[in-house]
Amino acid sequence: MSDAGNRFRTMLGHRLFWPVAVLVVMLAANTIYRPGFLAIEVNNGHLYGTPIDILRLSAPLILVALGMTLVISTGGIDLSVGSLCAISGAIACLYISRAPDQNNLVTVLTALAMALGVALVLGAWNGVLVSVIGIQPIIATLILMVAGRGLAQLIAEGQIITINSGPYRAIGLGHLLTLPLAIFIALAAALLVAAFTRRTALGMIVESVGGNREASRLAGIRSGRVVFLVYVVSAACAAIAGFMMTANVSSADGNNTGLWVELDAILAVVIGGTSLAGGRFYLGGTILGALIIQTLTTTVYAMNISPQTALLFKAVVVIAVCLIQAPAFRAKFRRRRPGAPPPPQPSPQRQKEQVPA
Amino acid sequence: MTDSRPVLTMTGISKSFPGVRALHNVDFRLLPGEVHALMGENGAGKSTLIKVLTGVYGIDEGNVTLDGEQVAFNGPMQAAAAGVSTVYQEVNLCPNLSVAENIFIGREPRRFGAVRWGEVRRRARQLLARLDLDIDVTAPVASYSLAVQQMVAIARAIDVQARVLILDEPTSSLDAGEVAQLFRIMRQLRDEGIAILFVTHFLDQVYGIADRITVLRNGTLVGEYPIAELPQLALVEKMIGKELDVLDRIDEQPRPTTAAIESGAPFVQVSQLGRRGAVAPFSLTIHAGEVVGLAGLLGSGRTEVARLLFGADRADRGEVQVDGARTGLRNPVQAIERGIGFCSENRRAEGIIGDLSVRENMILAMQAARGWLRPIPRRRQDELVDRYIKALSIRPANPDMPVRNLSGGNQQKVLLARWLITEPRLLILDEPTRGIDIGAKAEIQRLVVELSDGGMAVLFISAELEEVLRLSHKIAVMRDRELVAQLDNDDTVDADRVMQTIASGTEREEASR
Repeated sequence: MSDAGNRFRTMLGHRLFWPVAVLVVMLAANTIYRPGFLAIEVNNGHLYGTPIDILRLSAPLILVALGMTLVISTGGIDLSVGSLCAISGAIACLYISRAPDQNNLVTVLTALAMALGVALVLGAWNGVLVSVIGIQPIIATLILMVAGRGLAQLIAEGQIITINSGPYRAIGLGHLLTLPLAIFIALAAALLVAAFTRRTALGMIVESVGGNREASRLAGIRSGRVVFLVYVVSAACAAIAGFMMTANVSSADGNNTGLWVELDAILAVVIGGTSLAGGRFYLGGTILGALIIQTLTTTVYAMNISPQTALLFKAVVVIAVCLIQAPAFRAKFRRRRPGAPPPPQPSPQRQKEQVPA
Repeated sequence: MTDSRPVLTMTGISKSFPGVRALHNVDFRLLPGEVHALMGENGAGKSTLIKVLTGVYGIDEGNVTLDGEQVAFNGPMQAAAAGVSTVYQEVNLCPNLSVAENIFIGREPRRFGAVRWGEVRRRARQLLARLDLDIDVTAPVASYSLAVQQMVAIARAIDVQARVLILDEPTSSLDAGEVAQLFRIMRQLRDEGIAILFVTHFLDQVYGIADRITVLRNGTLVGEYPIAELPQLALVEKMIGKELDVLDRIDEQPRPTTAAIESGAPFVQVSQLGRRGAVAPFSLTIHAGEVVGLAGLLGSGRTEVARLLFGADRADRGEVQVDGARTGLRNPVQAIERGIGFCSENRRAEGIIGDLSVRENMILAMQAARGWLRPIPRRRQDELVDRYIKALSIRPANPDMPVRNLSGGNQQKVLLARWLITEPRLLILDEPTRGIDIGAKAEIQRLVVELSDGGMAVLFISAELEEVLRLSHKIAVMRDRELVAQLDNDDTVDADRVMQTIASGTEREEASR
């Protein structure tokens, strides 16, 4: 085979190839539909445009998905992240709303620290349920998923807490070096998690525990501690995401803040190539996955797809993305049409023709 | 029998995986009513041939015919439906389902679409009765020993109206009595006209049951022989392609006597250590450089002793001294800190981490001991991993390959490397040679001798008495979850004497010495 062909093969085989391809196709489709889609303009020293919006809006999801990646890598799952977003947002907003000067930076930082502290305690609760008591992760975190919404309501006394705080709003809407601050926060979190897992041996140990918990224990890894730790990290990520979500609208709504974000986060992780069965995890893939989901949401709005069909549209694209990524599916595809790479976005009908019964 | 038409023929079979040619132009045939042994070293292509036959893998080249008709199965279910049933090397059952459910999974007897559970249980009991097994078929499979699980897997295979039964290493987790039981069943099935393809590493078993032998080496066919025309030595030569004398060399090597070793200070001393329901309180002393063999039947408590010594299970009585100081071995971390390593008998569930690479699997224990904040520098990793891949001749010699792609024997070597890298003072090896070929077996035995000569203590657990006798300075005999005797392995000790001890449980006076 020729050198170029070989290189093409290698590229096709790279695990980030398909998520990137899907993202590119989605952006291209948008641009064809609306030529100004990719345009970025400078206004008041800040960059504006749909791509920037996508980055800014995906920041909370990226944060939640980063924590979720580690949890899923240990073979677990954290359903409580949405509720944690609501709780942390509610605590921060409540504290700020009762302060005499809402624009005081110290007040805002105190509020953030308090809310983060509570989230860490709740993450530790998840961790104890899973690693010490041994409850299945899906059940253990379901408890906080349901109870957490109630807790957020309780904190807000059933009201939507509205605040008017410049420093707090900046978390969601502020700018730094022409770009939204939220992008930098998500980026910093991603680099931090990457450094902690890949520059130390933590990443390998997490993967080892997820791949085979008992074998890891017998190799001298304190598996329980690792599992505990990932739930705490996940809660911390969710708390920061909760700040962003509430800062975006300058209000905390116990009912709706972070609603269903756990599902988007799980999806982002899976699109990124991390198996729900645990083991290997891919932070870069997760970030791409989160971007794909946000681009999809933006596309639905941009293309004026009616709300009734929007969810179905999303579902179809997600199914397509997951199928394209599955090696077994691609193998079947390739056997049918040797040499030709599959089109990146087959419709469900097309798939039916291609898959032998 | 020899002139009957083959029920199954495979001609010119080739199969490649990326970077490996697993099979090259292999012919194979199976006659009805025979037990046909498929022999070869690890990686010779035995498992691949079986997987190609049952449709787990597609065939690159070649034909398979069943009863003269060309077939190409696209999976084990289809193969089974056509009468080709397989029992795999590693027990492939759903541990949390009941015995009866496991036997009938995927083909439950139904009435109007509803599963007839009473019928399932009744037929499961019937099938197991055929195997002389009287167990509660509603209990989850995981609650039984590996041996019983293997029997359940066989029951599952013979219930399908099989004409060809493939047994891939069925005996590696069975003790002698159970093997005899299995052989009785195999003869019964053979006399009913079923063709049995039998893969094993135990040469004695081949000569005990097989009618013909096909030998593979490096993915190619060496030949097909009637059992009478291929003496054991010739078979081994054909399998490995060279004369095997490693084992003889072990026997000839001068080794330090038990007395010399025991004159040194003991490394680990346990007294009356025990765990309710697992193993009765026992006392054992292990010196530096000493190989202590642990003999006994399957389920006699050998593994339980090893797990207590490693802290994998927590002892509920007794005490442990390491280097003369009283200490606890409450979990693996503590045991590792005190210089103890442990290779579990259950490679897949408690040993390898299939997702991770050979490199990561090897450095795992060392990394765990250092803590996650101090990663082993990449250069040091490469150095260690390269050294052990060479020293243990692990194949393929690719440190970045996921360990699950390696053959059983090579996985075992990776696990050995994991512990050798930590430079333990006591290495506990639970069935390190089970299910691996004779070449790798000899290498591991040689390694044990070298390590003990270098001052490492080894607790060597094996169902094969010959191995235990060859390697050990001292043999502890287990019976019914009790340590019944400790024998100095001198000239007076042979297989018969150990077997008698296992059978009768006498020589208690020596245990209290």
